[in-house]
Amino acid sequence: MSAVAAIGIDAGSTTCKLVAVDRGGAIVGSRLEQTEPRVEVQVRRMLEATRAELGVDGEVPAIATGYGRKLIKDATRNLTEITCHARGVFRDLGRAGTLVDIGGQDSKVIQIGDDGRPVDFMMNDKCAAGTGRFLEYTAARLGVPVEELGGRALSTNQEEAISSTCTVFAESEIISLIARGADPDAILRGLHRSLVGRVVSMVRNVGIVAPLMLSGGVARNEAVRRMIADATSEDVILPRDPQLMGAYGAALLGGTA
Amino acid sequence: MTTADALPHYVDSNRLEHFVNYEVVGKTAIRVQRWRDQWKIARRQPRPNSPLNPPLRCVAHMKEIMSRHYLEGRYASGVRKVAWVTSGAPTEPLQALGYFLVYPENHAALCGVRRKAQSIAEEAEHAGWSRDICSYARTDIGSMISGQTPAGRLPRPDMLVCCTNICQTVLHWYRVLADYFGCPLVLIDTPFLYQEAHDHELAYVKRQIEDMICVAEEIAGKPLDHKRFEEVMTNAKRGAELWLDVLNRSQHRPAPMTAFDGFIHMGPIVDMRGEAVTVAYYERMIAELDERIERGIGAIKDERYRVLWDNLPIWFKIGEFSTWLAERGVNVIASTYTYAWGELAPMIDPDHPLDSMARVYLHPVLNRSAGHKLDAMKRMVDEFEIDGVILHSDRSCKPYSLGQIDQRDRLVKTLGVPALLLEADHNDPRDYSDEQGSTRLEAFVEMIEARA
Repeated sequence: MSAVAAIGIDAGSTTCKLVAVDRGGAIVGSRLEQTEPRVEVQVRRMLEATRAELGVDGEVPAIATGYGRKLIKDATRNLTEITCHARGVFRDLGRAGTLVDIGGQDSKVIQIGDDGRPVDFMMNDKCAAGTGRFLEYTAARLGVPVEELGGRALSTNQEEAISSTCTVFAESEIISLIARGADPDAILRGLHRSLVGRVVSMVRNVGIVAPLMLSGGVARNEAVRRMIADATSEDVILPRDPQLMGAYGAALLGGTA
Repeated sequence: MTTADALPHYVDSNRLEHFVNYEVVGKTAIRVQRWRDQWKIARRQPRPNSPLNPPLRCVAHMKEIMSRHYLEGRYASGVRKVAWVTSGAPTEPLQALGYFLVYPENHAALCGVRRKAQSIAEEAEHAGWSRDICSYARTDIGSMISGQTPAGRLPRPDMLVCCTNICQTVLHWYRVLADYFGCPLVLIDTPFLYQEAHDHELAYVKRQIEDMICVAEEIAGKPLDHKRFEEVMTNAKRGAELWLDVLNRSQHRPAPMTAFDGFIHMGPIVDMRGEAVTVAYYERMIAELDERIERGIGAIKDERYRVLWDNLPIWFKIGEFSTWLAERGVNVIASTYTYAWGELAPMIDPDHPLDSMARVYLHPVLNRSAGHKLDAMKRMVDEFEIDGVILHSDRSCKPYSLGQIDQRDRLVKTLGVPALLLEADHNDPRDYSDEQGSTRLEAFVEMIEARA
């Protein structure tokens, strides 16, 4: 009998994540890849590889979440990222609170209740400002790899104000700033400030129930964490692997752990 | 040579067209269509895969009434005086004077339901109207410029009546209409109410209604018949009371109709309040709803959760939302928007028509404070046993959307009801993102399920 109770798949806009959990809810296997254009084919391949590796049969439930969730025909059911992230983070950190999830395509603030279920949530509006994509696009103009963004932004005390929250117009602003000889790190710091400004306004909208928790790919960016903490005067805590929380929550809900 | 040129001079071509095309051929064709609709509904086979129960039978009558109304509009010019009016305008004296009334907002909604609004609105945008203007205004201005309308043709107005109790956009919109059509515009200014109306505010609005009557009498070439006016007021009161009763029938479990049904069935109370046909229609509708209640038939097959809708509908998404939510056991059973045409019924007093009109037309939900709407929503959550609230943040309707962030916050924090702010537009599909909208709706339903 397989030790795997359920598999969670988070087909996000930037990365595709897969997590397998045992009956106790512990992670027994995980995968993370850049999202490919044919996400359903990619997920099938990832599922087969995981099943082969862990000796799991096709009977084990697979729950899909993320933007591509409806494309995953192999999934037993699909749930939104809101429910899944809330469950994953609640299980990992063991507490209720306010979760900020900043993904590639959207950002959301979720108030998690005492039982791990979402009590309230808010998502960014129909605009990429306040999402990982905002940093990705604008930083590309400066030629800085995504992994280095946070460190570079924290390496300086200088900050160039980015007045536009629109991703496309912010990029134009960067071009002007570069032309005027502004320090790229100061521009990066300004870009982080702009993103955090959008996110914090959502946090205030939903209301802060301490602690503040951070998940999603952007949670790996230390500058974002620190700036959210500064802007809210709250501690911001992270789960062990923030990027996997959606898939982890999906797996937990599949195994009802 | 036109038809009019071929007629003897003593025959009025407009009246002839109105008589033949509307009274004889049109009405008959529409009646036949109603019989066909009734026959289809009666013979409709149960649809095991549909989450919805069959539609109300009376919908065939509603279609007949609305089709007749729009058809008469095509042939009204030169036969009846025509007034274009805002949805919250005090129209009862105009009806008593025999005016044919056109509601541009309702016409724009018709364009939205028929999925014509975007292309018509683009006509206005190409002529220089900003996309930030209300999509109803853009749809109607686009229709006026291009002549495009799913209604066939709208009659030219002899007068315009604009009442600011629904928004300020209408003030500018109707000035554009007045300029384009070159006809008199009567403006009725209604002070915004933070509390109950003061006497001076009532007197101010009453005086403007009296002025409107003078202009309307002059254009109609006859004085207001007070007996007929009283009759219209009595019908208006009865129609609004019945509409309120219709909506309150959804307090039953399962609710016999959805709010989406309400958005469609509100046509007569908006366009024809004060007419006997509206009273008769809602009497028929209540009888059918009561029959459903008695037999325990809900609008959806498996009503597990009951939801309140705030703001205008998203006209181009009504059918899709209705089915999608019903598949998940969610019945949107009430809306603040449809309620607006019924909740003021107790204020209408046919014995004191002008005084009560001043009061009624000062008190629509959009002319009152955000706190008033919040109280109304809280009451509805209680009376309709609501499990969740969808607040449609309508890009076009700023007065309705203002305050929704705080209203949502209070509903969640004081009543513990899940509430969703859904960003869209009542008529412009370019302002609704399907992918993001559906994720929010799904998460909202998951939240309601988790509480159950």
